[in-house]
Amino acid sequence: MNTRMICTECPKGCALSVTVHDGRVISVRGNECNRGVHFAHQEIENPKRLLTSTVCAEGLSVRMVPVRTDRPIPKDKLQEGMALIHTLRIKDPVNIGEVIVTRFLDLDVNLISTRSVK
Amino acid sequence: MREYELVIVGGGPAGMAAALSAREHGINDILLLERDRCLGGILNQCIHPGFGITYYKEILTGPEYAERFIKGIHAAPEIDVRLQAFVVDLNKEKIMTVLRPGSMERIKAKALIMATGCRERTREMAHIAGTRPSGIYPAGLAQKMINMEGWLPGNEVVVVGSGDIGLIMARRFSLEGAMVKGVVEIKPTCSGLIRNVVQCLEDFNIPLYLGHKIARICGHDRVERVTVVRVNDDLNEIPGSAFDITCDTVLLSAGLIPENELIEMAGVKIDKNTNTPISDEVNTTSIPGLFVCGNAFKVYDVVDWVTKDSEEAGIQAALYIKRNP
Amino acid sequence: MNEYDLIIIGGGVIGASIARELSRYKLRIALVEKEAELAFGVSKSNSGIIHPGTQNKPGSLKGRLCVEGNRLTRIIAKEVGVDFQAVGELICAFSDDDIQNLFALKKQAEDIGVPRLEIVYKPWLKINEPNLSSEVVAALYAPTAGIISPYRWVYDLAENAARNGVDVFTNTKVTAIESGKVFTVHTTNATFESRYIINAAGLYADDIARMVGIDDFTITARKGEEFLLDKKREYIANHLLFPLPTKTSKGILVIKTSDGNPMVGPTAEVCESKEDLSTSDEGLAKVFASVRRMIPAISERDIIAYFAGLRPVAGEDFIVRHEDRVPGCITVAGIQSPGLTAAPAIAVMVVDLLKKNGLDLKKKFFFHRHRQKTDHLFAIPFNRTKQLIQKDPEYGDIVCRCEMVSVREIKDAIARGARTLDGIKFRTRAQAGRCHGGFCTARIMKILAEELNVPIANITKRGMGSEMVVKERT
Repeated sequence: MNTRMICTECPKGCALSVTVHDGRVISVRGNECNRGVHFAHQEIENPKRLLTSTVCAEGLSVRMVPVRTDRPIPKDKLQEGMALIHTLRIKDPVNIGEVIVTRFLDLDVNLISTRSVK
Repeated sequence: MREYELVIVGGGPAGMAAALSAREHGINDILLLERDRCLGGILNQCIHPGFGITYYKEILTGPEYAERFIKGIHAAPEIDVRLQAFVVDLNKEKIMTVLRPGSMERIKAKALIMATGCRERTREMAHIAGTRPSGIYPAGLAQKMINMEGWLPGNEVVVVGSGDIGLIMARRFSLEGAMVKGVVEIKPTCSGLIRNVVQCLEDFNIPLYLGHKIARICGHDRVERVTVVRVNDDLNEIPGSAFDITCDTVLLSAGLIPENELIEMAGVKIDKNTNTPISDEVNTTSIPGLFVCGNAFKVYDVVDWVTKDSEEAGIQAALYIKRNP
Repeated sequence: MNEYDLIIIGGGVIGASIARELSRYKLRIALVEKEAELAFGVSKSNSGIIHPGTQNKPGSLKGRLCVEGNRLTRIIAKEVGVDFQAVGELICAFSDDDIQNLFALKKQAEDIGVPRLEIVYKPWLKINEPNLSSEVVAALYAPTAGIISPYRWVYDLAENAARNGVDVFTNTKVTAIESGKVFTVHTTNATFESRYIINAAGLYADDIARMVGIDDFTITARKGEEFLLDKKREYIANHLLFPLPTKTSKGILVIKTSDGNPMVGPTAEVCESKEDLSTSDEGLAKVFASVRRMIPAISERDIIAYFAGLRPVAGEDFIVRHEDRVPGCITVAGIQSPGLTAAPAIAVMVVDLLKKNGLDLKKKFFFHRHRQKTDHLFAIPFNRTKQLIQKDPEYGDIVCRCEMVSVREIKDAIARGARTLDGIKFRTRAQAGRCHGGFCTARIMKILAEELNVPIANITKRGMGSEMVVKERT
């Protein structure tokens, strides 16, 4: 099966033509650099996204603390991640980069704060 | 009246970069005015990733990008920061009136850098016909509501315009459990980055209606639906192409307008089409020693370029101050 | 419970003017309004022009009440602390033939008592209205024309009436009226009893009339679309500019407003629905083509807001009368233009009708004639701003950057009765500027929620059903 996709590794946006068999990438065409090949494999075989969101703060200087996963997580886990984030509360001041949840969704990923909040 | 060598209006990415750069170039009497309660400007509400790819060679979120500069500003004793400070008046002598809770003062600047950013184009400027119910928001306001306040503005959303803020908000609404029913773009191509089309729309199965426009907004108290039409090459409605989308929210991502009303008040020549200063050289205006940087000078695609050009503004101001002691 | 001598139905400029006029007397008065706040019906989309009376027929109620209303508005505006600016108007003629019509118009206006009219020609126009098109050959100048903020006018009249004892009820829609020895007025809020009722229900005056068996008039809505321009263009015109009127309309105008933003419009289209406040692409095109004949420099690019208003029309003239078949019922209906101007004169006329129909009017020993003017930073010089900030730091905490509105002004508006975002906008101008609330809406919502002690999800744009957010994360 042939799939067309646009590489988003850089703003150039190469139009890739990808041959896929059984969910595996066989060949990639249209890429101007090697990142295109990597991108096609990633997007077809195991698409991942960085999840960014906010967590409710209690008694701090802001109402919401912005957070993100420190690494991309599987795309199909985004909503599950959101559901977990909605249950969280931050009551103590946090520093930027501070871990809010370790092993987020039992993945090898942490949820971290992206802002220092007093 | 207190006089500063350099006053910078706006504590977002442009103002902070200009301040740090001017200090690095020998200016040690700097006042940075910010109207909000904290530095960082619009970056604070841009919690999504995609900042700093060029400048830091890393992918950061808005608050992370901002915090690197905020730390720099706080570590610089030469930069006097005033928050909740609002410039209400400016003249060509670079004398301004500044309001803050509990005070009003006049301040004079030897050199002045305006880093006042942009406002969003409104529904009124996009001339969308129909009613004026609740539920019509500029995308940036919706972003502030969701990301800063934790409020969900609506359940069923149509986005007008395919700029990056609109695409990013389509994803943000989807993640918060709202249903985004479509992004409507009058032009035949998407205005936002391809990465955002893929990660904000395709990931969430949100339709992108290119070559379409909203002909009418309907609803009495709250938005009830929009009428969408296809347009021809002249951007006019193609008869018979109308269809309705029911929704309770319309988000506008129809472009940004640089905020230059203060310098216009001071007599700077402004291009009426772009609302930016008329100038041959980046960051300069028709008044010597009055600089404009960042999105107020021109609307940049990414913050990295705002930083670069604002650092340049800091150098330009430093040179001006040294030449005019 | 809820017994009154008199109930005024409708909290627009007519209801508020009548309430204020009647509050001089020893009466128990209720003013009831179906919307979340006063001035949310016809009055909110008014141009704010205080007409001199140049455009009304001799012998008409409109003409007489307009000229008298112009005089009274100046006095009462000063008493209740609302700015009235006598900017004057120019009715423009585009050809030598038209000049004859100007003279005819002048004669007619002088007959109904409009003072100080003058025909002015190009040299005068060039000096006093420099942006005017060179096609305008002459104009009828009426210096008594003025401008006022239509909503602040209603709010301040009603506030002064309330100070003098009138009870104001919002979110109170009249659903039925039983007439007998007294009127029993059923509403969505409570039931009221009173000896007299005044129907000032604007677009719905015919519905109210039918509740007491009066069915000899109907109200049709005539829509007008208006476009507000950026305050930067405040001085694009120095006067109110009218083209020479046609049979059906005063034409499309260039209007100065109390807030500084020029306004252009209105259109005039008969409208099927009394709820249709939509604007159209055609309206925009028509208005701009028309006003550019007078001021060629007017640009669509300067539009910061637009809206449509509905004028309540019940035939040619106003209806102001006592319903002899329903003793105690006064009808004030079909108050289209120049209704805002005529309002104080209508109020005096209503008092007269009440007196003639048996209401015993005894003046109060003490009537609070004056109301302290509300401070608006946008309308005062900086030295006054400085004093205000020294007195109250919250005057220095700016919420609306485009129109320079402080936290203190927002809180004041809430203390004076604002309950919605539109109510705040109409009173203070916050959210009414060029960014249209993009920057300040969230902050104003928070202030409203805090001051009223309600959740954010209850904050509305203009009353129930127009909530701003569907959910708050907690």
